[in-house]
Amino acid sequence: MIYFDNAATSFPKPMQVTDAVVDYMTKIGANPGRAGHIQSVRAGEIVFETRKKIARFFGVKSPMNAVFTSNATEALNTAVKGLLRDGDHVITSAMEHNSVLRPLKRLEEHGMITLTLLDGDERGVLSVEEVLKAIKQGTRAIVLNHMSNVTGTVQPVREIGELCRSKGILMILDCAQSAGIIPVDLCADHIDIACFAGHKGLYGPTGTGGMVIRDGFNFDSITPLKEGGTGSLSDKTVQPAFMPDKFESGTLNVAGIAGLSKGIDFLNSLPEGLKSVQLHKQTLQKYFIEKAKKHIKGFVTQSETDGYGVVSFIIVGLSVSEVTMKLSDRYGIMSRQGLHCAPTAHRRIGTFPEGTVRFGFSVFNTRDEVDIALKALKEIAGGN
Amino acid sequence: MSGESAILFHSSNYAMWAVDVLKQAQIGHKLIPVPRELSSDCGYCVRIETVNADGVTELLNSENIEFDRIENI
Repeated sequence: MIYFDNAATSFPKPMQVTDAVVDYMTKIGANPGRAGHIQSVRAGEIVFETRKKIARFFGVKSPMNAVFTSNATEALNTAVKGLLRDGDHVITSAMEHNSVLRPLKRLEEHGMITLTLLDGDERGVLSVEEVLKAIKQGTRAIVLNHMSNVTGTVQPVREIGELCRSKGILMILDCAQSAGIIPVDLCADHIDIACFAGHKGLYGPTGTGGMVIRDGFNFDSITPLKEGGTGSLSDKTVQPAFMPDKFESGTLNVAGIAGLSKGIDFLNSLPEGLKSVQLHKQTLQKYFIEKAKKHIKGFVTQSETDGYGVVSFIIVGLSVSEVTMKLSDRYGIMSRQGLHCAPTAHRRIGTFPEGTVRFGFSVFNTRDEVDIALKALKEIAGGN
Repeated sequence: MSGESAILFHSSNYAMWAVDVLKQAQIGHKLIPVPRELSSDCGYCVRIETVNADGVTELLNSENIEFDRIENI
């Protein structure tokens, strides 16, 4: 089996990730922060160590500013619905995932916010000038996808962040696809809140993700998405107002968090950290696209040759579902077809409503696997 | 100033953070269940030697680690 659906969730995970999950499940098992016994303390230590690693990974000093959620979608919903208020104007891009578009659209439909969706250039990349033009009286926030899950397109986050900071506009960054590939530093990049998936480029288990808030940010301004038991201030019937408890009601996914911790360790252990990840993915992407353009009849890609391992393509004359089904059934190659939960991105790149086939490479994929996929696609496409 | 004290936190997350900082500063400490006579909370607190209480207070404040109070135990 060849797994090229890493943009949905990475597989396989590093062995230490699996080991950490099993260790927690078989040797610890307790609920963190809910009791004084040693197993609960051990569970709490796992959570705290991971929190510290996440904070450091995103350039934040206080570990309390790293909040665990069940995925990037929950984190984005918390940030968007928690921060925005009646009358706010919000800017976003055509390259967003539905995890950003749907919460924003709902607030817009309810008449709470007004929304400007920027097209960017032909690849969906925004410019500072385009954002500047969209800013008006009442613009409160920009919600931006860092790296497109459709094409791998990367937005100029630091430049846009700098503009937002200078204008007093909040910057919420969707790092679901970029975390673990492109460094994100909330301080240097002028980001207020970054939302990440733990199970993609960070190589943690599914069911992990989070929201990292910059040091000094007034988190009182964010209303929690959910309220409930936190193990703290249990005598009170109102939600704690401090970080991270304010946003972490209910028992955490400690097994997942234990794995996520080791996923980050894995990335940090690579010879050049994220640069190693980038180089590996760029090499595979360039190799795949150049060979495919040359040898596969009707191959058209919407991704850049030098991207970080997210390649959208079509084979002219074949439906995307037919291609992915044949790849899976005949060749054991896992890929994803369709709109990838990002309809406006596909409109922007001209592939709506059919969508594309997407290959998402991980650090574990090899050139040999790409060769097998190239051969398979050549046979599926026919001719030549 | 002899004896032991307990640092009480609003959340075990802060207790964990304090332990991390105390460990780095090489100040003796132990995570213990919160004594019932001090709080109805169900989590844990950090036990230290009372003689270190002022220094620990200063350290936690300098790291912005919020805590409820320090009590002799």
